[in-house]
Amino acid sequence: MSQTNKLLKEILSASPLRIALSVLLGFAIGSVFMAVFNENVVLTYSSLFSDPGLTLATAWQTIVDGYGALFKGSIINLGADNPVSMFRPITETLRLSAPLIMAGLGVSLGFRVGLFNVGGTGQLIMGVLGATWISTRVELPWGLHMLLALVVAVIFAGATGGLVGFLKAKTGAHEVIVTIMMNYIALDLFTWFLRTPGLLLEKSGGGNPKSDPPALTAQLPRLLGEDFKLNIGIILALIAAVVYWWLMERSTIGYRFRMVGFNASAAKASGISVERTYVLAMAASAAFIGLAAANQGLGETSGLTSSIHASIGFDAITVALLGGSRARGVVIAGLVFGAFKAGSPTMQIAGISPEVLGIVQALIVLFVAAPPLIRAIFHLPKAEVK
Amino acid sequence: MKLELRGVTKRFGSLVANENINLVVEAGEIRSLLGENGAGKSTLMNVLYGLYQADGGQILLDGKVQNFKGPGDAMAAGIGMVHQHFMLIPVFTVAENVVLGNEPVNAIGAMDLDSARAKVREISDRFGFNVDPDALVQDLPVGVQQRVEIIKALSRNAKVLVLDEPTAVLTPQETDELMQIMRDLAKSGTSIIFITHKLREVQSVADKITVIRQGKVVGEASPKDTASKLASLMVGREVDLQVDKKKQSLGEVILSVNDVSVLDDRDQRAVDHISFEVRAGEVLAIAGVQGNGQTELAEALLGLRPTVKGSGAITLIGKTLGNLSVRKHLEAGIAYVPEDRKKDGLVSQFNIAENFMLNGSFGKPFAKGINIDFVERDRISERLIKDFDVRTPSAYTEAGKLSGGNQQKVVVARELSRDVRLLIAAQPTRGVDVGSIEFIHERIVAERDSGRAIILVSTELDEVLALADRIAVMYRGKIVGIVDSKTSRETLGKMMAGIAA
Repeated sequence: MSQTNKLLKEILSASPLRIALSVLLGFAIGSVFMAVFNENVVLTYSSLFSDPGLTLATAWQTIVDGYGALFKGSIINLGADNPVSMFRPITETLRLSAPLIMAGLGVSLGFRVGLFNVGGTGQLIMGVLGATWISTRVELPWGLHMLLALVVAVIFAGATGGLVGFLKAKTGAHEVIVTIMMNYIALDLFTWFLRTPGLLLEKSGGGNPKSDPPALTAQLPRLLGEDFKLNIGIILALIAAVVYWWLMERSTIGYRFRMVGFNASAAKASGISVERTYVLAMAASAAFIGLAAANQGLGETSGLTSSIHASIGFDAITVALLGGSRARGVVIAGLVFGAFKAGSPTMQIAGISPEVLGIVQALIVLFVAAPPLIRAIFHLPKAEVK
Repeated sequence: MKLELRGVTKRFGSLVANENINLVVEAGEIRSLLGENGAGKSTLMNVLYGLYQADGGQILLDGKVQNFKGPGDAMAAGIGMVHQHFMLIPVFTVAENVVLGNEPVNAIGAMDLDSARAKVREISDRFGFNVDPDALVQDLPVGVQQRVEIIKALSRNAKVLVLDEPTAVLTPQETDELMQIMRDLAKSGTSIIFITHKLREVQSVADKITVIRQGKVVGEASPKDTASKLASLMVGREVDLQVDKKKQSLGEVILSVNDVSVLDDRDQRAVDHISFEVRAGEVLAIAGVQGNGQTELAEALLGLRPTVKGSGAITLIGKTLGNLSVRKHLEAGIAYVPEDRKKDGLVSQFNIAENFMLNGSFGKPFAKGINIDFVERDRISERLIKDFDVRTPSAYTEAGKLSGGNQQKVVVARELSRDVRLLIAAQPTRGVDVGSIEFIHERIVAERDSGRAIILVSTELDEVLALADRIAVMYRGKIVGIVDSKTSRETLGKMMAGIAA
């Protein structure tokens, strides 16, 4: 336990320099993967010794194409012939970043209390379940419908997290194990709901586990008209970041959260109930993930399947780690990984495996989370961890 | 063996822990290294023992330059070290511990425990240690465990023996016995380096005293010098070791503890049916050797540790505290200076201002609703930093970056600034420099004079005698007796060993 805490502290104390180096190194190694196994490059291997220049040139071209496609797919498509196509990439990045930021804030909150919430997936699914029930089974006027679905998502997810905190506080069960098991429970529960007529199964359809589309009154309103899929999720994400900042840095609740995270035994001697703090913190952590659930469940125009969680619960961990568990860092990290998601189809079209981005993403977090490794590679001095 | 250090310098980054240290210890000499916590004594000894490599200077044994790569080299060259925290394996016997890392083997490669036993017996008899080679270390009293450490060093033919704060865990009687052992060892030709900050011990046993301050040797002194001269050398200015106390004016009973028992972390009865009272305007000291239930008692008084069910009651000004939460205890009017400030008293990653509100985050003056009142918090912080003389660049400095004394002042400032009736101060000056000790002692006495009740838990007899109005001595979870502050050291020493006065 104390070992985990020490590791968390070291990760959270990562300097911007180390994070920047980790990102750089992640892209560098990612480009090796991209080049070495690329079809066109592989073709040149037969002449590798007679014409190494050809291999190098092809490899270089592949890397340029790959990251070029990433840029084109996630920021701006300069070759497009109309403004909608030109600017769609950046709006897609924003749209896909929103749930990453929301859930990333949730995981971050846990980290700062010394809790490792790997149950994002389960909490998100429970949130989606709640939101979907409201959005497909309840009729309400526009606005109110969406708001209620959103609140229910937050409450469902928060309660799921709170239950984990309660089990930890009462029995000492480690939150990592409990949240992993909750992931299975939530996923299968949701699928069961989707499969069962009268629960969430779509009213007209082939009987595959799939829900009705959310009612128009419950869908998140679009921001830039029907040409862009971007909805108010990104605004909600930014509001969530401000709330997170206020909660953790300005409020007494966050102050006590951080106190327990840094030194639970001093918190105890200062009259703070560490057990209650764990329950509250897990619930709050999951509530932010519940917001991501609402974004997923209400951001769609078609029916939902159980894959709606899009592994956001796990991506959120990487976002929190890269963002140093601070509001601003999480927003930036969420945008970066959102851009990866937005850009990967374009890369695929360009003939580059988009899976490379997954590797880059994992490498970045690996380097951030393995401080001695990145220090050794760049000969950095050891950060002081008190 | 003659030990000589020539110009030893050790740096950690920009911090110079030892600067150009010169020291000569003759064979058979007892040399005291006197200095405050953080003066660089332990660093110097770790350099000598090969744990650190010096950045400059030389170590010479009998005139020959040594080059230690690690403790193994130092041991082989005849240097032995007894650490403050023993390096023994509790479930092994004395003989097994003594030969650990250096096990004698017989012809077929099995461990030769007989020769290990013989060795322990031989050394034990030679110096009158009275140690059974087959006893399990965990069953031995602390004083005897320390002798095992000494035997371990001597069994490797240590000619220079370093004792790092060896008396911290001993009763006064055990301390006296250790002093005698040191004298006997010295007579047999062993050189001894005795690291301590306790002046009385230095005066009683040392041949010569070297005083270290801020990494430098600031002078040599003779054991015949007065305590206040030694103290001023150590601190670098005049020190007043006396604490002035006003005549006592006793008030109502603030805390009454009636037949209370408390379990420790291993569910053993650490506090065993204890009763006492503290009145307004008095300092009740809980004295005793470390580990006799004082820690558990202090924690129980704050509600950090439950009392055994049905074992009696703790009452604060007529209000039964029972097993209420810690927060309820604090709100009922208890201030608490914990014995381990890093663990229980401070959040070292928090800045000073944040640490001032550790137990004040639930309401005024630090909070407005659920918002922290930053303006008010900063105002209070500035005042407390000034009033309690916390030496820091600003209120936004991380508490972990402060010296031990200043950290303790932060804790004391926070606790004394609360409006309470009872102060529980556990080891309030442990690991604190002399200047801060003076200051903290004065503040505690001032609290007493202003009519608060004070419980002082301390293992330092000097501190107990300087501050207490009454002294309760604990031994194995029981109070051996409650005596007044004029009781002699000798009697207190006996009580600390469990013999009622």
